[in-house]
Parts: sequence; structure tokens; C-alpha cells
Amino acid sequence: MKVAVAASGDNLDAQTDPRFGRCPYFLVVDTDTMSFEAVQNSAAIQGSGAGIAAVQLVADTGADAVIAANVGPNAFTALSAGGLKVYGFAGGTVREAVSALLAGQLEETAAANVPSHHGMAAAQAAGTSPAARAQLQDLQKQLDKLPKRQD
Amino acid sequence: MIVHDWPKLTIAVAAGKGGTGKTLLSTSLALVLHAAYPGRVQLLDCDVEEPNAHLLMRPVLQAEVPVTVPVPEVNLEVCTRCGACAHACQYSAIAVIRQAVLTFPNICSGCGACAYVCPVGAIAETPRPVGVTMSGTTPEGIDFHTGRLNVGEAKSTPVTKAVKRLAREDLISVLDAPPGTACPMQETVAEADYCLLVTEPTPFGLSDLRAAVETCRAVSVPCGIVINRHGSGYSGVEEYCAAENLPVLALIPQDRKVAEAYSRGEPYLAHDPTYQRVLLDVAENILTNYRNERGE
Repeated sequence: MKVAVAASGDNLDAQTDPRFGRCPYFLVVDTDTMSFEAVQNSAAIQGSGAGIAAVQLVADTGADAVIAANVGPNAFTALSAGGLKVYGFAGGTVREAVSALLAGQLEETAAANVPSHHGMAAAQAAGTSPAARAQLQDLQKQLDKLPKRQD
Repeated sequence: MIVHDWPKLTIAVAAGKGGTGKTLLSTSLALVLHAAYPGRVQLLDCDVEEPNAHLLMRPVLQAEVPVTVPVPEVNLEVCTRCGACAHACQYSAIAVIRQAVLTFPNICSGCGACAYVCPVGAIAETPRPVGVTMSGTTPEGIDFHTGRLNVGEAKSTPVTKAVKRLAREDLISVLDAPPGTACPMQETVAEADYCLLVTEPTPFGLSDLRAAVETCRAVSVPCGIVINRHGSGYSGVEEYCAAENLPVLALIPQDRKVAEAYSRGEPYLAHDPTYQRVLLDVAENILTNYRNERGE
């Protein structure tokens, strides 16, 4: 099966990120072969609805499950509706998280376990992620291209 | 100086920082302008999250009028699950996760992009109430409009927009803006002819003033500064204004009489001849600026 792990980096030895909606990367790992794809989480700096956008992103990769410690209410609703399972895992690397899942050591999360916007403050405290920086630069460029208000 | 031919200016009164005196200044300015030009002024309280101008203006308000936001309703029989709506939505208020289509009305801004891009016309929009507007007249005869966002709602701009739509086009408008520099403030300020920024002479006041000035510049609205509670000894605000070439239109001293009257819900500035003069000068400055900008 394919599992998307909320991660702070783009490889299997990266630390997992506790935030589902606002982690910088999802590592989409094929548990049969341990082959993986690192997907930048473009939702990470979205003001509202980051969790929902992240579910959209993860679902479109074809993942059947996600591993993340903290999942907010909107994200959990969207994950459940799409039939994606959520497993909790805190600390450790992506590789360790997947191994724990395969060993049957991870518990399925039954409901949202943090309130809305929980990951936001953490994102600010931790500094801007590479994905967020790239998106910010892109937005800045778009802003510069806009014509100044006339009159 | 009494100007007889006032253009139908829209003057927003804003501040980066809360509690600097926006409402005191906007209500007082409206009263002073009304005294000079009776029947030519309207006041709009655009701070729909915490409206308070009515406490000072004491208008007789008519019945509340609901404000609604159109939210998507998806016909699942027609929907092909293509995901165009989810892609178009800037707020992720609609998502297509495999076969499931989800809408999140509480974060929907009501922009209608989802319905617009749907290739099969599966999305209808239904109104969702988010707040109310109220209109009335103050005892002096000033047209007064205000609004109130429903408790628990995240986005206030639809209600602010609705308040602004109530304004008569043939009157001078004074807009009491919400604090901060985010969407609610920008919605209030963006189409104004002039923005009065009220600040206090403290490092905190200066920091938030900077953000407010940058916001006004970003939306190309000329702004002037009023320093309230002047006389603390901190000169950073004036230094900043001088360096940035920002006009300081009035210095309102730290004055216990003003604060005491305000605590009773009285806009003292409008009742004291000295302050009336100061506010009329502010208005005159705005008018001069407006005419200069238009090359009149």
C-alpha cells in the first residue's frame, strides 16, 4: 500500500513532522518496495483550509493512508470522506514511522486530535519552510506584475 | 474656512493598532463636518466584528437586514469528480477527495469561482447568513450605517461590503475602520479617497503605523497621520512621519477630559471649540490634498 508520511525533509531519513496540514513535505512511500516520492506540501502556508488542501494533495498521489501526529477537524473530515486512514506517530524518521506501521505498532486515529489552525503557530515558530518560501517568492513576483491602481 | 463645495469624499479612519482612537476621531469628524455642512455627512461603522460607533452616535436604528454569502451546493448526480472546483478555490472550501465531494461553508468566501469553473454546471449557490446591517439617523441628523458579524464567523469582509453598499453616493462618507491591516481593514480603506491613520506616540504605535502606511501605499490611498494622546515624550512617530514625508494632520494631546467623556460615550472632540477647529483643519487638509491630487 501507499502511505503518505508528514515529514520535515525530502527523504526517508528525514524527521517526521507532527503537523499534517502544514508539514513541508509528504513522503509517499510504497510499503512493499520502500520506494518513495517526496511531494512538497504547497498547502503549508495557506491561511485557512491548509488541512483540506493537504488532503487533496495526498489523495491525488494515490495514497491509501497517512501518518501524522496531529490532524485537525477539517482535514480529518476530508480524509475520512476519501477513505484514507490516519495513523499517529510522534518523533523519529520517516523510515521508522513506516517500519512501525508495517510492524502493526501504529494506532489508527479515530478523530481529529487538534483544533483548527493548530499547526499555524508551530509553522511560524519553526520559521518558514522551503515550500513556503518558494510560494512566497512566487506570490511576490505575481504582485510585482500587477498594475498599480490608476486614478 | 467654510468650504461650500465639498466633493463627495470618502474618508476612512484607520490605524494599525487597536485602541488608538479611530472611533473617537471618526465620530468626532463626522459630527464636526455635519455641523459645518448639515445633511451632507454620513458615518459608516465598518468594524463589523466589534462595532462601537453607535455607542457614541446613539442613532435610532431600523430593523436588522441579513447579510448572506453564496456557498456552493453540489449536485452529486451531475458532478463528474473532475476536481476543477477544488483547484479553483483559494481557500480549500471545496474538495474532491476520490469520489467524495466536500464543502466547508465556514471558510468559503462566496467568490463563486467553483460554480464558474464547473464544466458540467453541477454547482448551485445558496445563500448562507453571516451577519446583519443596520441603518438609522443620529439625533443630529447624520445618516448612520453599521453591521455585525455573526458570532463564530471567520470572514467579516462580506458584512463590511454590505455596510459600504448602504452609503449614499451624494454624501461625504466617514468610515470607521477595523483595527489592524488585514482584510477587514483593507476592505474598508481600499476604495476611500483618503485614509486618516490614528496612532499613539509609543514604539508599539509606531510599529503598527508603519504597517498601516505600507498597506495604504499598496492600495494607493493617500494617507495622513493623527497622533492621539500626544505628549508622552516619545518622538519616534514624528521622526518616522518626517522621514517618510507623511503629513501629520493633528496632534491631540493626552487630555483627561477627552478620556472621561469617552468613558461616558461622548465624543468630546466634537464638543470642544479647540478640537472642533483642529478637526475642521484636518478635513480642510484632506480636501486640499484631494484637489491637488486631481490637479484642481
